[in-house]
Amino acid sequence: MRKSRAMNLGTGLFVLLGFAALFFLTTQTTNRGVSFHSEPHYRVTAKFDNIGDLKVGAPVSMAGVEIGRVVGIGFDSRDYKAVVAMNLNAKYNQIPTDSDASIYTQSLLGGKFVGISPGGAETYLKNNDQIAFTQSAFVLENLIGQFLANFGKSSDHSKSAAGAGGQVK
Amino acid sequence: MNQTSAIIEIRDLSYAVGGRTIFDKFDMDVARGRVTAVMGPSGTGKTTLLRLITRQVRADSGSIRVAGAELGALTHAEIFALRRRMGMLFQNGALLTDLSVFENVAFPLREHTRLDERLIRNLVLTKLQAVGLRGAAELGTAELSGGMARRVALARAIVMDPEILIYDEPFVGLDPISKGVVLRLIRRLNDALGLTSILVSHDVHEIASVADAVFLLSGGKVVAHGTPQELQSFPSEVVKQFVGGLADGPVPFHYPAPDYYGQLLARDGAP
Amino acid sequence: MNLFADLWASMSDSLVRLGDIVGFLGRIMLQVPRALLRFQLIVDQVYNAGALSLVIVMLSGLFVGMVLGLQGFELLQRFGSEQALGTAAAIGLVKELGPVVTALLFAGRAGTALAAELGLMRATDQLSAMEMMAVDPIRRVVAPRFLGGVIAMPLLAAIFSMIGIYGAQLVGVQIMKVDAGSFWSQMRASVHLIDLNEGIVKSCVFGVACSLIAVYEGYHAAPTAEGVGAATTRTVVTSAVIVLFLDYLITAFFL
Repeated sequence: MRKSRAMNLGTGLFVLLGFAALFFLTTQTTNRGVSFHSEPHYRVTAKFDNIGDLKVGAPVSMAGVEIGRVVGIGFDSRDYKAVVAMNLNAKYNQIPTDSDASIYTQSLLGGKFVGISPGGAETYLKNNDQIAFTQSAFVLENLIGQFLANFGKSSDHSKSAAGAGGQVK
Repeated sequence: MNQTSAIIEIRDLSYAVGGRTIFDKFDMDVARGRVTAVMGPSGTGKTTLLRLITRQVRADSGSIRVAGAELGALTHAEIFALRRRMGMLFQNGALLTDLSVFENVAFPLREHTRLDERLIRNLVLTKLQAVGLRGAAELGTAELSGGMARRVALARAIVMDPEILIYDEPFVGLDPISKGVVLRLIRRLNDALGLTSILVSHDVHEIASVADAVFLLSGGKVVAHGTPQELQSFPSEVVKQFVGGLADGPVPFHYPAPDYYGQLLARDGAP
Repeated sequence: MNLFADLWASMSDSLVRLGDIVGFLGRIMLQVPRALLRFQLIVDQVYNAGALSLVIVMLSGLFVGMVLGLQGFELLQRFGSEQALGTAAAIGLVKELGPVVTALLFAGRAGTALAAELGLMRATDQLSAMEMMAVDPIRRVVAPRFLGGVIAMPLLAAIFSMIGIYGAQLVGVQIMKVDAGSFWSQMRASVHLIDLNEGIVKSCVFGVACSLIAVYEGYHAAPTAEGVGAATTRTVVTSAVIVLFLDYLITAFFL
């Protein structure tokens, strides 16, 4: 009987630890974290030509500081743009309405995030406002295309220059 | 053979396992209220007989009637109900190692009845008193000697007040004192509780002092039956060898082997 | 040609065994409702399977997490992405290493104990004695042990993953100077509930598999010393193979 009581205690502790671990994993490692939901926030949207592989849950930062999260990604079929919905922490309620939102890359392998650069207006973003100035994500293929196009042009120049300068023996 | 009715009737029992015939048209009656012993050389299937009676294995053919019920026709639930009226003492006690002595004896009560805790306690202590181990109730199974373990198993076997008590080789490995204790218990319990006891053993002397009827098995058949005294003077070589403990006879001393000189002198060392 | 015959024989043996094991699961499930009535038995078995495995699971989780932190850091550094260490560690542990390594440890520690215990009960006639006393050994002995393992496994895997993440953090943040904020925020951004679900499903399935194999081998062990030894060996080997195979199936299913 005594042995049974110690066993039950041990089992109880074990099960408690197990559920604590599950709770930890659910809340502290995923983006459905408890910590965020408890803070008040307001919602803004922004339209982009191309969001690249921006994901829901990506951070929104300003001057490198995280001020919110992307909570929804949609598509506007009237102007063929991506609509990104963001929840910004209510603490940061002095963002000028003419700020611009761009999509940056975190690192070589990293995901995309939204960075906001402040404008100079004296009115601030409120709940359900839209950020008017946006810059799309950096897409590798476009850059390579541009690079090749430029490269082609400059090599044409050097060819004609060489041709005009006569043959080199 | 007996005027009292037989509580177990076996007719024409046949059972083979792995190609070996163990029982071949076997007949036996166990009288109610008596101590019946089943003896025989090792390997004649004495333990198998017990398993057949309790239907832990099924016979190939023939009939086994226990308390009037034909075993082959019973459902699983009916067999379980029948087994509750039987108690079995296994060769090594077969106590549950994770339970104490008390809990072991209380086990059938806890599993099959919803008795009050105090009632269970009284029943268990009474049975332990009957086998002389009431003081050992709180010991663990590891602390028991072989003889004590067997007595606890006996207490467990009688805790549900069975009608039939089966002992599988109860004297094996016991010192003379413990043997004496077990013998006394077998006789007293049988008479005091009105049980039918079936004893499987090959200890001729012990059986002679406690059994009312003896069946001697050999080759899958009953070669002799009667009271222990009758068996001492039974006119059969098989019985004489067994009862007398003779080294050679119908059960040969030598395991079958090729010619002795031939093997010793064999040139190429063939076995 | 003999090789093929032997191969075929061992494969069909394994298939037959697999069928037997599934059949055994059916028998156990039939007895589970009544076994639940003796809740104390199940609690005892959760203790045996879970609480007693805590030490090895926590130690292993710590070391695996630390190695993950080290290796992950070294690898990510080649791409300049060492800030993603949190993500790498969390996903690696929660989806794969947690369930799989815990299952293997469980099979080795708790599985063999279960198989040996049941095998010994078989060898000392305790199971036969129970049948003789009209107590179904599957309900009284096997089902509680099976349920104990099934309950303990997912909890052990969660504990392993949690300690592993801290181990990775220990190495990454304290030693390798990865930014603590990035470690956790990147993890939170990239690890989704579906990943966690996958890990939980895996650990539950592995729990059923390992517990089932352990009780099956123990219950059907040959009643000799070698029989019990063979049963424990088979428990570990079969559990390992089945767990790794199921791991692939479940991973593919979630993708």
